[in-house]
Amino acid sequence: MNAIEVENLRKEFKSYSSRSGLVGAFRDLFTRNYKIIRAVNDISFTVKQGEMVGYIGENGAGKSTTIKMLTGILTPTSGKVIVNGMNPHKEREAFVRTIGVVFGQRSQLWWDIAVQESFRLLKKVYRVSDKDYNEHMNHVIETLDIGPLLDKPVRKLSLGQRMRCELAAALIHNPPLLFLDEPTIGLDVLVKLKIRQFLKEINEKYNTTILLTTHDISDIEALCERVIMLDEGKIIYDGSLQKLKETWGEGKQIQFTFVSEMSLDTLKELTDGLQVTWKQGEQANVWTAHAPSALLPEVISRVVNCYSIQDLNINEISTEEIIRNIYEEGVVHG
Amino acid sequence: MDKYLEMIRIRFLMMLAYRTNYYTGILIYAINIAAYYFLWLAIYGGKQTMQGMSMEQMTTYVAISWMARAFYFNNIDREIAMEIREGNVATELIRPYSYLGMKTMQGLGEGIFRLLFLSLPGLFLVALFLPLRFPTDAHTWIFFILSIALSFVINSELNLLAGIVTFFTLNNEGLLRAKRFVIDLFSGLILPISFYPDWAQAVMKYFPFQGISYIPSMIVTESFQGQAIIDGLLFQFVWCALLIIPIRLLWRAAKKRLVVQGG
Repeated sequence: MNAIEVENLRKEFKSYSSRSGLVGAFRDLFTRNYKIIRAVNDISFTVKQGEMVGYIGENGAGKSTTIKMLTGILTPTSGKVIVNGMNPHKEREAFVRTIGVVFGQRSQLWWDIAVQESFRLLKKVYRVSDKDYNEHMNHVIETLDIGPLLDKPVRKLSLGQRMRCELAAALIHNPPLLFLDEPTIGLDVLVKLKIRQFLKEINEKYNTTILLTTHDISDIEALCERVIMLDEGKIIYDGSLQKLKETWGEGKQIQFTFVSEMSLDTLKELTDGLQVTWKQGEQANVWTAHAPSALLPEVISRVVNCYSIQDLNINEISTEEIIRNIYEEGVVHG
Repeated sequence: MDKYLEMIRIRFLMMLAYRTNYYTGILIYAINIAAYYFLWLAIYGGKQTMQGMSMEQMTTYVAISWMARAFYFNNIDREIAMEIREGNVATELIRPYSYLGMKTMQGLGEGIFRLLFLSLPGLFLVALFLPLRFPTDAHTWIFFILSIALSFVINSELNLLAGIVTFFTLNNEGLLRAKRFVIDLFSGLILPISFYPDWAQAVMKYFPFQGISYIPSMIVTESFQGQAIIDGLLFQFVWCALLIIPIRLLWRAAKKRLVVQGG
């Protein structure tokens, strides 16, 4: 069964622009200039039950807008959205019982009251029985280690503490589908790890579908097998993370730290005939060669034979770099 | 229903979270009542009655109007406006309840809290110093309770309407201020409707405002008798029902146009 089905989804906003100067301001009182901006431009994809999908894109690429349409907050301009077998806007109240949402940038807990009071209200709102609540939430509270935080008002929690509570709050009714909009924004490494581990666990335990937007690629690497990449409202890649790496991340990077400064020309001359590109690092004596794996020994031996080096590192090309390359070149693969 | 009761409880907790607000609240109500008492004392200037109300009735009218205001008054219009402006309305819409219903319940929780813990102590404080005369007839109290319940509904409906307008304008601080002033003035809180010139009274018959403060206060001071009470309650009831229509229409339009600001 598909948890999410999206077909030719589109969202347009009216964007008003102000005229300049005092006269312009007066004219704005009567008629305003606006242009139509297409935040999401005819996208289609499906997500199966139990999948963990990373939904990535630069700021303003349309990620949040998509999530808001999938959760029934925004009405699409056109296109079809079926989530958990329902139309999110038409059957809002029944629909939202089947999803959990965490917005990293805003709190869903009541600011002035203790966390457990928010939980209690949500338990009533989602009509969760005492038995289910105890069974499920005791486990969640323990795993996320938020037991000692429950009697504190939300405003007194740190960001990491609050985020863990938010996540627990989104799971009170144990929804089959979870939307996470930048859940790890601004969190330290330990909290991030804890949250990732927890998400993996509930995905395995309950076969929960998770759609995750983030700017932190390591989140995606840790959790998602599949990524959907968005640019200017269009999907530019939809497929496995592995394949993305294979297609784009072929080869290795070798970082040389030379004893003295180097110029691009000498290096190019050195590796003449080989399929190598050079990039300068932070200093004039640090250079990175990007070469196919097979040529690795050849490149290293040529460099080391001619120049003395201080240090040498061999790296796989990071996902982050792959994604940066894709955005820069704007090519669709996969 | 459970969840709505829980919401009222949460609102109690929220009101209690800020104790200073609570104590100053009592004081403000007492000061308001006292200030209006002295104002009316000067206006009466020894006269027995004005517009059919004795000074004693007027004192009670003032005290009761403010007490009732504690109950029907709420800030849900501002809260809706703020939630829209800051984009938090998004998190409200992903919950399986009616947003407007929940807001009304929050208003009710706030109203009950203020009535019990703010305005009753305030009234007690005032009764020590001012000559108040409360009715002894149980019927009057029953009509009064019914009437302030309807006041709450009318005022909350107006607040919802004003709040929903924010969906279209995104910032309507001016409108909310104006609305608050209009309600204080035309509901009979500051001046009983019977003191207005005839033409103004005739115009106000076509607006819901006197259903908010004037009618319950007139009932409890026993200035309304017999048929006048029934007419008053009927007037309130009709407005409660009528105001649902624009709320429904505007809410439907608002949801379509919803733009969640920020992120």
